[in-house]
Amino acid sequence: MATSVPGKNDSGAISITVEFTGGLEMLFSNERKHNVAIPAQLSDGSRPNIAYLLQYLVDNVMKDERKELFILEDNVRPGILVLINDADWELEGEEKYELQQGDNIVFVSTLHGG
Amino acid sequence: MENLERTCASLRAQISATETKLAGLRRELESAEKAAIDIRKQEDTKTEEENKDRETRTWPLLAEEYRRYGRQMIVPQLGLQGQLKLRSSRVLIVGAGGLGCPAAQYLAGAGVGTLGLVDGDTVEFSNLHRQVLHRRRTVGKFKVDSAIEYLQELNHHSTYIPYRAHLTPQDAPEIFKNYDLILDCTDKPATRYLISDTAVLLGKPLVSASALRTEGQLMVLNNPPRPAGDATGGPCYRCVFPKPPPANSVVSCADGGILGPVVGTMGLLQALEAIKVIAASDSTPRHPPSLLIFSAYSSPQFRTIKLRSRRANCAVCSAEANVSLDTLKSGSTDYEFFCGTATPETLLSPEERISPQEYRARHPDTFAAGTTPAADGKHTMIDVREKVQFDICNIDNSINIPISSILSSRPTPAAEDGIPAPLPSWLPRDIASPDSTDPVYVVCRLGNDSQVAVKRLKELGLDRGGQRFIGDIQGGLHAWRRQVDPEWPEY
Repeated sequence: MATSVPGKNDSGAISITVEFTGGLEMLFSNERKHNVAIPAQLSDGSRPNIAYLLQYLVDNVMKDERKELFILEDNVRPGILVLINDADWELEGEEKYELQQGDNIVFVSTLHGG
Repeated sequence: MENLERTCASLRAQISATETKLAGLRRELESAEKAAIDIRKQEDTKTEEENKDRETRTWPLLAEEYRRYGRQMIVPQLGLQGQLKLRSSRVLIVGAGGLGCPAAQYLAGAGVGTLGLVDGDTVEFSNLHRQVLHRRRTVGKFKVDSAIEYLQELNHHSTYIPYRAHLTPQDAPEIFKNYDLILDCTDKPATRYLISDTAVLLGKPLVSASALRTEGQLMVLNNPPRPAGDATGGPCYRCVFPKPPPANSVVSCADGGILGPVVGTMGLLQALEAIKVIAASDSTPRHPPSLLIFSAYSSPQFRTIKLRSRRANCAVCSAEANVSLDTLKSGSTDYEFFCGTATPETLLSPEERISPQEYRARHPDTFAAGTTPAADGKHTMIDVREKVQFDICNIDNSINIPISSILSSRPTPAAEDGIPAPLPSWLPRDIASPDSTDPVYVVCRLGNDSQVAVKRLKELGLDRGGQRFIGDIQGGLHAWRRQVDPEWPEY
């Protein structure tokens, strides 16, 4: 399990679990599970949502330079499902879903082999 | 003389006694035989009566079927009614490979009345570790014929229909209309969209699965199969994945690898879901649409994800649909175009590529037994296959730099006016040495990744503006085997 801690002030941070499967873990240092701590409140006073998390992962967690295999046009690339606490993110408001302490976010790449 | 006469008398007496005994035994045998015939006659009459009885009381299944399916029929979720539904059902399996084989095996075993199999491929040795219906002696045959040969032996009560071709948009509706339920056991996004679209347009539920390396995914789609625009119908493949993945992100089992039991597990789960859909009764609980994810090396190994319902603007199953049977048949719904193709391009010019044969001509000493690394004058052979493949077999004295490490690092701009660009961590320092003009050859499995790697090496300025040869082995190790080393293990 890889842990990544942002910035200086952890007092107002929430921690969540981020998982990658279906081959996506290869873009994230071959680690399936990452504990990520993000600020509970952003500088503009808003709460961090999935859109924030995507950018955060690209900037801080993803070491692979092939960003386009994860993000295309500021969104997850087609063929990746985002799951918020075991439900399709489309049931939860997609990228506008505001992250809660303890949330489990899973990124699944679709498989095609058979 | 007296003695002899006595002996003769004794023998006569013995013969007479034995003859009496023999006559007795004959009588006993006769009556025993008579008794045996009588009993047999009685038994025959009894069987006739039984047969008459059977004709009057019609059982819905044959006697052999009760024995064959008894163990599953006494499971309350199936029962006799479920068995009868299975027998009258028609299931189409598209793809007779790692998913299709176990799915077909279990559905034939369970007594599905008609099984159609679609596949245009023939059996190869590399299939046998997971495609369990195919055998050594069916290598080279059509997969559907090989599979049906096995299924016939397993259960002759079912009807098996082979389709010896890959599914096309023109043929799909004609084939699908004869079936009640479809299993997607294929391996390409374009075919997956085609199968889902056809299933929706013809109102068939679809059990879709996929697998790669150590993971698998399973969804039951278009269930219930309501008409387009009816929001109470189950979501289709396009509802879940409205846009196909970029073609370069799609990895096949041939390239990424697959463990047999992983894809087998997914095929079995497809058979199970098919049985559940076919044998469902009014009392069977309905679950919301879900995606099952199997990850053999994670804990827990299985997780079920709640999926969305039908997409209000889905191209196939919504009121705004623009895909129809007509657009399928006319070709205006173009699946190859929709999904794109990652056709390997030729990135290098002919001067930057050499064949294995030419390589041997340039460096004959490398092929002489007992020589040390590039003894003929120095050159470097870089093998860009992943480490696990390099470890299976490699060319003597070649070095391994996996293409994934090359691609995952930032492309470096070419050196500018004497200021050398910083070198990436994957590049061994001796190759990068500024005074070396020794040639560098790059090899991979088929000759695609090697070209990408050559480009990267040149971008780093390693070719000293053309003073140093950097090129790839055309056709990769596949061509290597054909041209210079017939004993090279091909995996």
